[in-house]
Amino acid sequence: MTTIDSSPDTATESSAIGRLLAADVDWLTSTDHKKVGRLFLGGGLLGLLATVVVNVLIAVERVSGTSATFAEDTWVQLFSAQRFGLVFGAALPLAVGLAVAVTPLQLGARSIAFPRLAQTGFFMWFGGFVLSIVAVASNGGFGDDADMIDLFLAAHVLMALGLAAGAASIVTSVMTTRAPGMTMRRVPFFAFSTLIFGIGLLIVLPILVGALVYLFVDHRSGAGELFADGVSEYALWAFGQPTTFLFAIPVIGLFAELLPTTFRKRTPLRGVVFAGLSLVGVAALAGSTQQTVFDVPWAGSQLYIGGGDDLRQKVEDVAPWAIFHLLPILGAGLIFLMFLFLAKPEKNSRPHLIGAFPFAVFGFGMVLVGMHGAALLPIVDFGLLGTVFDEASLIYVVYGIALGTMGGIVYWAPKLWGVVLDLAKVGLLALLGVTATVLASFPHYIAGFLNQPAGFRVTDNDLQIWNVIVLVGHSLMAVTVLAFIGLLTQSVLGRGDRSAADDPFDAHTIEWATTSPAPTDNFVDVPMITSAEPLLDRKSANDADGSDS
Amino acid sequence: MDALPAGPAPAPRNQMVLGATLASIAMAMLTGGMLAIWALERREAIDAAGTWLPSSVTIPEVPSNIMLIAFLATATFAHWAIWSAKHGDRGHTVFALAATGFVGVLIVNAQLFIYSQMDLPITEGRYGSMFFAVTGTFVVLMVAGIVFSLVAMFRYLGGRTGEPEILTAHAIFWYGLAAVFTAIWFVVYVTK
Repeated sequence: MTTIDSSPDTATESSAIGRLLAADVDWLTSTDHKKVGRLFLGGGLLGLLATVVVNVLIAVERVSGTSATFAEDTWVQLFSAQRFGLVFGAALPLAVGLAVAVTPLQLGARSIAFPRLAQTGFFMWFGGFVLSIVAVASNGGFGDDADMIDLFLAAHVLMALGLAAGAASIVTSVMTTRAPGMTMRRVPFFAFSTLIFGIGLLIVLPILVGALVYLFVDHRSGAGELFADGVSEYALWAFGQPTTFLFAIPVIGLFAELLPTTFRKRTPLRGVVFAGLSLVGVAALAGSTQQTVFDVPWAGSQLYIGGGDDLRQKVEDVAPWAIFHLLPILGAGLIFLMFLFLAKPEKNSRPHLIGAFPFAVFGFGMVLVGMHGAALLPIVDFGLLGTVFDEASLIYVVYGIALGTMGGIVYWAPKLWGVVLDLAKVGLLALLGVTATVLASFPHYIAGFLNQPAGFRVTDNDLQIWNVIVLVGHSLMAVTVLAFIGLLTQSVLGRGDRSAADDPFDAHTIEWATTSPAPTDNFVDVPMITSAEPLLDRKSANDADGSDS
Repeated sequence: MDALPAGPAPAPRNQMVLGATLASIAMAMLTGGMLAIWALERREAIDAAGTWLPSSVTIPEVPSNIMLIAFLATATFAHWAIWSAKHGDRGHTVFALAATGFVGVLIVNAQLFIYSQMDLPITEGRYGSMFFAVTGTFVVLMVAGIVFSLVAMFRYLGGRTGEPEILTAHAIFWYGLAAVFTAIWFVVYVTK
């Protein structure tokens, strides 16, 4: 037999490269939902970081006042990158990623429904995201280069289709892959929120695709009449309030999910939480009816409800605003009431502080503040339209989604990577993140009331203090995201120090019944579900057995 | 802590059927959104200039009506495939799937015929680009339906007859396509 020797050095090197390549191929071709979800999450964190950098540049430009740093062409690029980046680069991939990674585990499923569709969805989103960056950097977006504008529109169609594919997998999973005995009333809150979120995406994103196809065909063909009206005329509704409330539903679901674990209680009236999450889903209707700006008169005689046409006009003005803005706030408010109810101190129950909770609380809180800001925006008498107030409410919601998703990553890190992140460091990062979000947004709420216009040009020196604070806020957010990525990487790579137990947080739902990290098929045996808190029931039964013996 | 007791193997829950239903809903929202913008632009054009359809354009109504009727055939054939599969008639199942796809090809052909008959430049104002955007999107959806028919047919030809769920999903997708075209037919070809 002939043997061929190879140099030991070469063999070692090639095997290392081979292992690296094999690992890459494994990740890129895997249909394991946990890997697909983590790819979404990784891409979303990078997208968030890139968008925060854009926000920093915009803030720098505003602080520069009349001595502009960038050319006016660049302003347009930066604003388009900001709007589209916040929604399609950060909020949506983060929310979809967390849902894809975790929902099947919560359902007791061995895999996600249509795993190849979910995987294809990631590649479509990622490809579209890269192409949109290329387009914006080459004077596309809302810029001047015709080919790059076409590329920008096509890239967003690709991203929307990819995210819709992910949503289809999530919805089908919740509807068809639940463990035996898991009725819809027993579905964990986070999984239920992803169902509402997924259905909402499947309703809203195709409408956006239709609008973008119109714009693409019109612009590409050279007709250009629709495009001349501006992209904002047809597509901006998808990148602003109240449609963005829809993208925050998984974060609200995560908050509801963590309440019983943190306060060591069962959630009473689970139906109220389900109703709250569903009410936030009304935002899908706002998206499907392409709501952008409402016109709500408030002061003086305008609020007086007279008779006849006057009454009809007032109802037409106020009803859509109330439905699309106040119902989501009511939904989130119900979850907040549940928080107050569960947080009420009791003699025999002490809260169990888990690292994810501060992130989830702050994320939920920021989303709620953003919702309230968006509800104030259309009230004509405040004069907030066309000011930085609108941008501030969007930043609140998207940074809230980012903080909440980081909380989800921290919470389910034992199942996804087999590690528990350091509680103290996570707590500090959550504090830094919420400080960053408030500093990046709240000053523009104030500046909005002081009539700072939405563009770059700030001629009123009295307003500069607010822009400087916003710059500090966005810079802190960049630090938060980088530090979070660093902490996660360090924890995952140094897993030996922080490897997780199967149920490190004494949780209630069935994903904690499998090993940490969860195996490829999630569960060795698909568990039988007899209540909404199967693990809590099992622990209670074990405690009772122990005390009897 | 004791482990949770293992449950029985989960019952099959019609993933393909639900997936096809979701796809049909997405198709309906896509087309509905496009037709809503169409209606808005049409109203604005009529308010401003009194007309929406360019004066040089004549819409050939016969092929568009035939397309609508052809969807009756696709719905019938798609359902025939389900019926045949239920009765274990593999030959007729494959034939029905092939017929569905073939009629789909004919519908696409009719759409292309409309393009050639109208001789409408895509740059003919808003109408031109919007007409090609709506009908072009419909053609893309039709191609997806034809591919679905072919995949289902080759699965049956290859002997994978144990999963009739795909035939129900296939039929739902074609019903969705029929609904989508009915809306397009009414807004674009009838209301004009």
